Amino acid sequence: MNALLGIIHRDLLLVMRRKSEVLTALFFFVIVTSLFPLGIGADGALLRKIAPGVIWVAALLSTLLGLQRIFSADYADGTLEQMVLSPQSFVLLVAGKIVAHWLVCGLPLVILAPIIGIQFDMDAGSLEVLILALLLGTPVLSLIGSIGAALTLGVRGGSVLMSLIVLPLYIPVLIFGAGAVYANTVGLDISGHFSLLGALLILALAFVPWVSAVAVKIAIE
Amino acid sequence: MWMSPDEFFAMGGYALYVWSSFGVCALILLIEPLAVRARCKSIVKRLKKEILADQLDKEGSK
Amino acid sequence: MSQKNTLSNKRFMNWFRLSSPMTFYPVAGKLIPFFWVLAFLFGVAGLWVSFFVAPIDAVQGQGYRIIFIHVPTSWMSMFIYLVMAGWAGLGLVFNTRLSSMMAQALAPIGAWMAFMSLWTGAFWGKPMWGAWWVWDARLTSELILLFLYLGFIALQASIDNPRRADKAGAVLVLVGVVNVPVIYFSVKWWNTLHQGASISMTKAPAMAQTMLWGMLLMALALWMYSIAVALMRVQAIILERESHADWVRQLGEVKS
Repeated sequence: MNALLGIIHRDLLLVMRRKSEVLTALFFFVIVTSLFPLGIGADGALLRKIAPGVIWVAALLSTLLGLQRIFSADYADGTLEQMVLSPQSFVLLVAGKIVAHWLVCGLPLVILAPIIGIQFDMDAGSLEVLILALLLGTPVLSLIGSIGAALTLGVRGGSVLMSLIVLPLYIPVLIFGAGAVYANTVGLDISGHFSLLGALLILALAFVPWVSAVAVKIAIE
Repeated sequence: MWMSPDEFFAMGGYALYVWSSFGVCALILLIEPLAVRARCKSIVKRLKKEILADQLDKEGSK
Repeated sequence: MSQKNTLSNKRFMNWFRLSSPMTFYPVAGKLIPFFWVLAFLFGVAGLWVSFFVAPIDAVQGQGYRIIFIHVPTSWMSMFIYLVMAGWAGLGLVFNTRLSSMMAQALAPIGAWMAFMSLWTGAFWGKPMWGAWWVWDARLTSELILLFLYLGFIALQASIDNPRRADKAGAVLVLVGVVNVPVIYFSVKWWNTLHQGASISMTKAPAMAQTMLWGMLLMALALWMYSIAVALMRVQAIILERESHADWVRQLGEVKS
C-alpha cells in the first residue's frame, strides 16, 4: 500500500514540476470541442444533440495525448527498469502510475466537461449524467490506454501508433458513455449503460495493471 | 437457369454490384499470393548475393 | 543431423520437432500445393452453387448473390483473428519463434478478408438499402476488426527487435480477442439505440438449403486459400528472420 501511495505521490510531484505537459492536454480538450461548432454551425438544437458524442470523443483524444507521458519519461532515463527490478510488486507500481495519470488527465476532464456542456447548451440533467459517466469512464480510458503506451515504448512514431492501437479498444466505453447521456435526453433508462460502464471499470481494474506490467517488461527486455 | 450468357452477365440489373464485389475479391485473392511469391524471390536473390560476396571476400583475402 | 530421416521413418511425428523453423520450412513447402488444390476445388464448387444452383431471390433478385462472397469473407476475418490469437498466445507462453511467425503470416490475410467483407457489404447495401455505407452492427464491428488487424500489423512493423515485436504483438492480439465480444456487443447496443429504420444485413433472404451450401463451400474455399497463403508467407518470414542460419544458406534455391 505504501508503495502504491508512494508512486502516486512521486508521479504527481513530477507532474507539478512540469505542469505544461498536462495543461496542454486539457487545452487540447477545450480546443477540440470548440472546433465542432465552428465546423458544423451554431444551430443550438444540433449542438445539443451532438454534445455528448463530441465531448466524449474529445475526452478520448485528450486522454491519448496525456498517455504519452505515462511511461516514456521513466523509460528514457532508466527509472522504469529500476522499478521492474525493485522488490515492490511491479503490478502495484504500474497501477499507481495509472492512478496518477487519471488524477492528472482524467479527473480534470470530468471537471471541465460541464463547462463545455454549457457551451453546447446541455441541460442540467444531461450534465449530471455526463459527469457521472465520465467519472466511471475516464479511469477505464487511462487503464486501457496504458497497455498501448507500454506496447509502444521507445518505438519510432510510437504516439500515433499508440492511438491506432488503443482507439478501437476505447469504442465500448465511448458507446456506453455517450449513449448514457443520449438515452437520458430521450427519456430512456440509463441504468443499463451505467452498469456496463461499471463492469468495464471493474474488469479493467482487475486485469489491466497486470497486462500493462507484462507489456512494459516486454519493452524493457 | 440462365437463358443466355448475356443474362448471366447482366445479373438481373445488378451487374455493377455483383461483378464489382466478386471482381475486386478475385483480384485481391490473386494478387496476395503473387506478392508473397515476389517477396520470397527477392529474399532468395539477396541471400545469393550475400553468399557470392562472402565467397569473393574469402578468395580475395587468400 | 538426420532430421530428414527422423521425419520419414517415424510413424507418428514428434510434433515439437516441427516447431523449429528449420524443420517446418520444407514441410510447409510440401503442404502448400495440397491446400491450393483444395481451395480451387471448393472454390469451383462454391461458385457453381452460387451462380448456377441457388435460385433467384423474391425480394432482392439476382443482387443477393453477393451474399456468397460477403458472408464467407466475414466469417474468415473473424476466424483468422482467433487463430492468429491462438498462435500468438502459444508463441508468448512457450517462447516458440515459429508460432509467432505464423501469427505474423496470418495477419495480412485476415485484414484483406475484413476489407473484402466491407467492400462487398457496401456493394450489397447500395442497391438494396440505397446507401454505400449503413452503420449496422455487423458492418461497423467488421470495420473495427479491420482496425484491430491494422494495429497489429503496424505495431509489428514498427518494432525493430523481432522477438520484442512477437511478444508485443501477442499481447495486443490477446487483448483484442478479449475485447472483440465486448466491442460487438456494444456496437449492437449502439445500433438498436440509435437506429431509425431497422436495417439488418442478416435479415437477408430466408435461407434456402442451396444458399447455405453455397456459403459453406465458399467459406471452405477461403479457408484453404488462407492456409495456403499463410504457409507461403511464413516461408518468406522464416527466410527473412533466419537468414543468418546455416541451413538457409544450404537450401536448394539459394545455393543454385
